[in-house]
Amino acid sequence: MSAGLHTLGVAELGRALAAKTTSSVEATQALLARAKADTHGAFLVVDEDAALAAAKAADAKRESGDAHPLLGVPIAHKDIFVTQESATTAGSKMLEGYRSPFDATVVARLKAAGAVSLGKLNCDEFAMGSANENSAYGAVRNPWDATRVPGGSSGGSAAAVAAQLVPAATGTDTGGSIRQPASFTGVTGIKPTYGVCSRFGMIAFASSLDQAGPLARSAEDCALLLSAMSGFDERDATSVQKPPQDFHAQMLQARDGASAAQPLKGLRIGLPKEFFPAALAADVGGRVRAALAEMEKLGATLVDVSLPRTELSIPVYYIIAPAEASSNLSRFDGVRYGHRAAQYGDLMDMYKKSRSEAFGAEVKRRIMIGTYVLSHGYYDAYYLQAQKLRRMIADDFQACFKQCDLIAGPVAPTVAWKLGEQGDDPVKAYLADIFTLPGSLAGLPGMSVPAGLGEGGMPVGLQLLGNYFAEGTLLHAAHALQLATDFHLQRPQA
Amino acid sequence: MPLSPEDVSRIAHLARLELSPAEGSAMQTQLNDFFKIVEQMSAVDTSGLEPLHTPLSAIGNVELRLRPDAVTETNNREANMANAPASDEGLFLVPKVIE
Repeated sequence: MSAGLHTLGVAELGRALAAKTTSSVEATQALLARAKADTHGAFLVVDEDAALAAAKAADAKRESGDAHPLLGVPIAHKDIFVTQESATTAGSKMLEGYRSPFDATVVARLKAAGAVSLGKLNCDEFAMGSANENSAYGAVRNPWDATRVPGGSSGGSAAAVAAQLVPAATGTDTGGSIRQPASFTGVTGIKPTYGVCSRFGMIAFASSLDQAGPLARSAEDCALLLSAMSGFDERDATSVQKPPQDFHAQMLQARDGASAAQPLKGLRIGLPKEFFPAALAADVGGRVRAALAEMEKLGATLVDVSLPRTELSIPVYYIIAPAEASSNLSRFDGVRYGHRAAQYGDLMDMYKKSRSEAFGAEVKRRIMIGTYVLSHGYYDAYYLQAQKLRRMIADDFQACFKQCDLIAGPVAPTVAWKLGEQGDDPVKAYLADIFTLPGSLAGLPGMSVPAGLGEGGMPVGLQLLGNYFAEGTLLHAAHALQLATDFHLQRPQA
Repeated sequence: MPLSPEDVSRIAHLARLELSPAEGSAMQTQLNDFFKIVEQMSAVDTSGLEPLHTPLSAIGNVELRLRPDAVTETNNREANMANAPASDEGLFLVPKVIE
């Protein structure tokens, strides 16, 4: 049944593998062929030999009785996760040819579950960007319209899932880098609560914000991946000490008082008025409200709430994230790994030339912002003030969650824009992150769930945010919506 | 107060970056544009608020976890140094630092 294997999601493919109507080798070969023929720039490395070897091993494990739902399922990793088997670049010239001596925890856990990695996916350099135009290895194109961006920074992951090169991929989200590309490409993505997935082996951008999560074609598929990816890891100091969680079981858990027709009975969804400003693009607002109306039909009630510091989240995030980035990226000094300039004088000159040659413009900008706001005389006014505002933003969410169980709104103010459209104006790109930044600063779990098509036939994403560790509530609500509607089944024209 | 070309050079030095004149001038414009949207931060009264360093401390104390002081990794020196641009006998090579 090689034809059509690419159309299967993770759960469906898992069932086909369990029923032996296909094998991991067959599925892997079919998807490798698609990945190699891809014209969207989604893959940086297609690791054919390693993938086929892993697929053979998965088929053998199944013969011996292993039945993990991800066993033999092909996936791919954002190139921000270090992998032993293939090079890791973080989308930067700085790490061209870098080979990690170990696997990231997320990579190792998915491998242990039997998932087969086809290779590494393009992303914005060091995950800094919202359009995947900041990769040193070329922009990624949106499978729905090749003249548009796929979103970022997990743009390769989103494009690969939307173009049906893989049923699911890993991503990371610092200020929206899973949710926004998921929204722009019509796939489902979840960023869990800060600390649920280990950051070990995830190349650091902003350590107090970075979180890993899956992108897939349904909430159910995301739940299967997240269960395998997450869990306590002693090698990440901020990893949450919780027993392993079965997010698929949490997703299936019926609500008290729910019925088959009203699975979301009693669920209160808060709509912050700041997420629906007058300037919101009409197509985005319309699609988001239509999806929310579907959730109302399923028993949910909509509640008006307020997140008064939504707009302030932009400067707060763009102070804190660059501050942490400037510190994290100081490790790239041309001494232990990474690019070293060919010509230099003394040690200082070597540092400066190596870094200046290998970092792209956006990375340099964020290092400059971060260095400045942490420097003597400016720390209190910028960095410390931003961290105090970060607490206010987190407190605002806790006030909202007294009135509702989930918060909803758009993921982004518009559908995916055209490649090159933002030109040389980084602030314009920062402003477009407005709806994903508040949840990131608070460290809350969030999803992007497809909500239909807007302007130019481009996908619109519904953002759902939950309270800390409410991934189960989020996945349950998204799954109920997806059982009742077909927004998530819409695909780009091949 | 907007950043001057001298400010940009000073920050670039602190960040160990070397900007060409064209890069420096674009950087100055872009940073000054950015700090215009930062201004709204200073208008908010945050007196008495504790900074939020790590998100989960919004809902409770986050205690730093300690592990027993025991050897957990084996010596993997060669693999760990395989990416070094210049090394010799287990040492990273850099330009001469002390005259």
